[in-house]
Amino acid sequence: MTNLGKAGTSGPVLAPGEVGAPGSAAPTAFLEVRDLKVHFPTDDGLVKSVDGLSFQLERGKTLGIVGESGSGKSVTSLGIMGLHTAGQYGRRKARISGEVWLDGQELLGADPDRVRRLRGRNMAMIFQDPLSALHPYYTIGKQIVEAYRVHHKVDKKTARKRAVEMLDRVGIPQPDKRVDSYPHEFSGGMRQRAMIAMSLVNNPELLIADEPTTALDVTVQAQILDLIRDLQKEFGSAVIVITHDLGVVAELADDILVMYGGRCVERGPAEKVFYEPQHPYTWGLLGSMPRVDRDQTERLIPVKGSPPSLINIPDGCAFNPRCPYADVPEKNATRTVRPDLRPAGDRHFSACHMATEDRTRIWTEEIAPKL
Amino acid sequence: MTPQRSSRTRRIAGAALVVAALTATAACGGGSKDGKEGGDGKAAGFNAAVKGIANPSVKKGGTLKFIGKQDFDSTDPQRQYYGFAWDFSRFYSRQLVSYAPKPGPAGAELVPDLAKAKGVVSNDGKTYTYELRDGITWEDGTPVTSQDIKYGIERTWASDVITGGPAYLRQVLDPKNEYKGPYKDTSPDKLGLKAVQTPDAKTIVFNLAKPNGDFEQMLAMPAGSPVKKEKDTGAKYQLKPFSSGPYKFESYSPKKGAVLVRNDKWQKASDPIRAALPDKITVTVNSNIEAIDELLIKGDYDLDMNATGMSQAGRTKALQKHKANVDNIETSFIRYVDIASKVKPFDNVECRKAVIYAADYKSMQTVRGGPEAGGDIATNMLPKSIKGSDDYDPYGILARDGKPDVAKAKAALKACGKPDGFSTNISARSNNPGEVQTAEALQQSLQAVGIKAEVEAIDGAESSTITGSPAVVKQRGLGLVMTGWGPDFPTGQGFSQPLVDGRFIAPNGNYNVSETNDPKINKLFDDALQETDADKAGEIYKEMNHAVSDRAAQMPFIYEKNFTWRSSRLTNAYSTAAYNGRYDYVSLGVVK
Amino acid sequence: MLAYVIRRLFAVAMMLLVVTLTTFVIFFVLPKWAGSDPAYLFAGKQTDPAAIEGIRQKLGLADPVLVQFWNFVQGLIVGREYTNGADVTNCPAPCFGYSFRTEQDVWPQLTEAIPVTLSLAAGACLLWVVGGVAAGVVSALRRGTLWDRAAMTVALAGVSLPIYFTGLLSLAVFSYQLDWVGGEYAPLEEDFAQWFQTLVLPWITLAFLYAAMYARLTRATMLEVMGEDYIRTARAKGLTERVVIGRHAMRSTWTPVLTLLGLDIGALLGGAVLTESTYNLPGLGRLAIDSIGTKDLPVILGVTLVAALFICVANLLVDLLYAVIDPRVRIG
Repeated sequence: MTNLGKAGTSGPVLAPGEVGAPGSAAPTAFLEVRDLKVHFPTDDGLVKSVDGLSFQLERGKTLGIVGESGSGKSVTSLGIMGLHTAGQYGRRKARISGEVWLDGQELLGADPDRVRRLRGRNMAMIFQDPLSALHPYYTIGKQIVEAYRVHHKVDKKTARKRAVEMLDRVGIPQPDKRVDSYPHEFSGGMRQRAMIAMSLVNNPELLIADEPTTALDVTVQAQILDLIRDLQKEFGSAVIVITHDLGVVAELADDILVMYGGRCVERGPAEKVFYEPQHPYTWGLLGSMPRVDRDQTERLIPVKGSPPSLINIPDGCAFNPRCPYADVPEKNATRTVRPDLRPAGDRHFSACHMATEDRTRIWTEEIAPKL
Repeated sequence: MTPQRSSRTRRIAGAALVVAALTATAACGGGSKDGKEGGDGKAAGFNAAVKGIANPSVKKGGTLKFIGKQDFDSTDPQRQYYGFAWDFSRFYSRQLVSYAPKPGPAGAELVPDLAKAKGVVSNDGKTYTYELRDGITWEDGTPVTSQDIKYGIERTWASDVITGGPAYLRQVLDPKNEYKGPYKDTSPDKLGLKAVQTPDAKTIVFNLAKPNGDFEQMLAMPAGSPVKKEKDTGAKYQLKPFSSGPYKFESYSPKKGAVLVRNDKWQKASDPIRAALPDKITVTVNSNIEAIDELLIKGDYDLDMNATGMSQAGRTKALQKHKANVDNIETSFIRYVDIASKVKPFDNVECRKAVIYAADYKSMQTVRGGPEAGGDIATNMLPKSIKGSDDYDPYGILARDGKPDVAKAKAALKACGKPDGFSTNISARSNNPGEVQTAEALQQSLQAVGIKAEVEAIDGAESSTITGSPAVVKQRGLGLVMTGWGPDFPTGQGFSQPLVDGRFIAPNGNYNVSETNDPKINKLFDDALQETDADKAGEIYKEMNHAVSDRAAQMPFIYEKNFTWRSSRLTNAYSTAAYNGRYDYVSLGVVK
Repeated sequence: MLAYVIRRLFAVAMMLLVVTLTTFVIFFVLPKWAGSDPAYLFAGKQTDPAAIEGIRQKLGLADPVLVQFWNFVQGLIVGREYTNGADVTNCPAPCFGYSFRTEQDVWPQLTEAIPVTLSLAAGACLLWVVGGVAAGVVSALRRGTLWDRAAMTVALAGVSLPIYFTGLLSLAVFSYQLDWVGGEYAPLEEDFAQWFQTLVLPWITLAFLYAAMYARLTRATMLEVMGEDYIRTARAKGLTERVVIGRHAMRSTWTPVLTLLGLDIGALLGGAVLTESTYNLPGLGRLAIDSIGTKDLPVILGVTLVAALFICVANLLVDLLYAVIDPRVRIG
């Protein structure tokens, strides 16, 4: 397993949205997603969970994908892993299009078995609720051993040694004993550590953490985030952290991608998105983010309304029904024309009809002071 | 599992019919299979064993295969009461006298078996003396002695151990029940029964308390068989009876079956009755009544040991495709209704007559399967195989073709003082196929003249304490008791005395359900018993039977017939009056 | 774990005691109130009071019910003697009673019938579990396809068709017409071919009836399990679909299947009355129906007890198996 660390990642992590149309040449980035679409046909209509998403990620870097539930962020990760059809037996199959390039290999058009061989070895995933994500009937050790042996031809003893080693690495005390415990015998934090140990047992180059701390106590959350960060440094993997909580990505991410209604509405380096956010939705997310340094009473400015139906995405800007500034741009544009991602600074893009100066003014004058 | 359904029996019957239809259809395509179905023999033709002897033969060898739903009530000769068990028992037990191996009514004639000749009867008719044949042996080769016969007969006195068998010998030889049976016998040889003497090993003498012209009939029952004292295991004797006949038990497993093999110690010369043709006899108990008929038709077995008639599905198939293997046998069984004279208003003879006039015999016959599968309409209470029977029909049942005579019924009701009718109950045994339905048919025809009868289904196994208890009959108001009866031995005494002799009324296990206690009838029985000439006795029984009819004590409605399967392998098959029209099992042979 | 098993076994014993008492009351006390007397059932057509009295004594019917019950329980443990002075019958422990119909101890009759019922249940169970679960899994994985619909229609037919229909039909075709199978039951150790031949039809017929239920249950469970997070995890590890289904999904699917299996096997061992009667198998169900027909009370009591024992043991086994399958089930 190559461990390139942070070497060779001087280039931009994120490329402009215009680049990387389907069918173009092999990419240069470690992970490149181009115009990813994941649609689910249902009796009520076509659910466009992900509807044209593109981004790049380099080794050693962390991308945070942020959005409300139903924004398509989890489906994105499953699409990359090739797990979007899981549990879809007999129903109408999910439709996926676009390209996912991992280390020079295109995955969406590839033989499913080849993708399967990559899963768990080159790309691994951590799930939100380790209690339900771990099989209740098998010991932690067995599950880790299984994950290791599917990609390595080693005997059980070696694999078990590896499992104990990994448990030790993720900070589980007495790993040689705990390896024989069942998931229900672990605390929530320990379970997530075990889950991480299982994900990293094959030194994956890409680690996707889907809401890794949501199911955990606040105190444990920080420990787990620290652990992921430490491990990333050690293994040099590319990491995608998927969360609804900007606080989590603030700790981890180099870059941030904000999703809304199956599309990207803003992306850019973390400090840009945090300090010069360019999209009213991002403002809303920032406003609903708990901050320890602020007074509780004035802090929360939640995004009003509910997420859009992925079957009937509103015309124009998907966010317009909930956007307090929908009338700022010239008449009706927000309600008729879908905004493209446009540069809003260095490697910083957003999809909003408002003029840059309007956005800057509203942010600096109306939003930032309240945060 | 399957939910309980109210009409389960009907569904089962329906399913059986569907299956029968399906197999019949399949059979039409394939035709009969060679080798098995026809055997090597040839089907002797429809009713061949009723008209005479089907496939007469003296050829020995082969295995005779019985099948039946019901196991023997017992294989212990002193404990048997089922008719088929008596028929079968001749394979392994012998009596002083037994029935002649002849078809039809001639089969009811008694001939000497262990004895050299029929009994020498004293002038007062109370002493019977027999001398034994030479060469009669047990299965261990030892001779059968007069003491063995006495010991066997004595066992019936131990009624608390040797349960189930008939009590005739006890009643005739020791009416006061003084003897306590061999197990409580204090004499060293256990032969303490005073009424029987064995002056030597070859001679046996019976002293009756009162003359009884049917005494030899009682001796001819399996209860009159010898039992070797050293081999008597009491209640457990039935698990391996010790044979005096041509076959002995190789194995017997209750409720499963039995295997009998030749008893090589038996000497043909000593036995004028038993043909002993097969080398081996097997009995198989099968719980599935439909399967029994199918397996018979298929050729896996030779005959139904129970001989209660084929099921509806089986008989339909058999008559369609293998009529030559079927006999339509007239049994000595009568289906009838006891009219309880102690249950009001049946204390009045006119009310009893009203029922007989109002009854639709035709519809009851139809319910029982029609004239062939059910039987002929009965007009009086003596079966045709019994001396004294005639076609006495005081209520003109045949003249009205079994249809109700409403006018006469209403007249009888008026004479009874119930011109508008009355209410009563009909009991019918639920485990007796068709009986409840027949009672319902009767109920319907009675309705027409205003007699409202509720049908009460009772458990047949409990009948001795329900309909067999006059107190219960009265208390439950069972005015009409539907039942059936076959003779224990083919005489008027054997058939009628338990049913209509007033001195036979018992608090429990009573069969005189009508509680007929007519001095005239009682006297006729006494007279008949004094008579040693069977024909003369028959005349008296005829008079008795007419008296019973005139009293309207019972309402017979069917002389039962059934369809019986006879495999193509069977030889020497004939229906005998001795065993209610069953084949004479001991004469049967098989083509190998 | 051991303490738990002992405690459960004790509960089973208590349960059996209650069943014994209840059966006793149903067959020995209630008929008395209803005016029926078991002694008459044994006495035959022509009887006398002395005979009835003797039978009562030997059966112990003259004793108070509680004494009869005590004698029975005692007989189970140390054996007992049936006597009325004239005739003594020894019934060694475990004495389940003595049948006056067949003049045999009940226990040997039971031990003869149990292997038959066990053979029937084991074979049928194997068939229906394998067949039902396999059909259910395939149906679940191919939900909505023609296969799924066909399998579920057959399953519905299987559940709805009563054994006396499928039984008679199977006999009509395979035994009477085609003559592929037939003859009388023979114990496994005596004649394997005959044993197999007489059992194969009842196995298939019974399995058809039960497999239907298992297919439907498996299908529903499987569909539910396949949506679980840990199945996604298994896939994310890069496991092949066969391992995902075979190892991860199946393991969870077994739990409800096993629950049902415990109940069904218990019930089946307790009395496959219809099946055994239809196919003429001398098992417990046949013994039960025969003895009910002849009012052979001691045998009825014995069969009831054995049936209750089987049901209790099957349930206990299922509970223990739970612990083996699902580590979350703590036993203690």
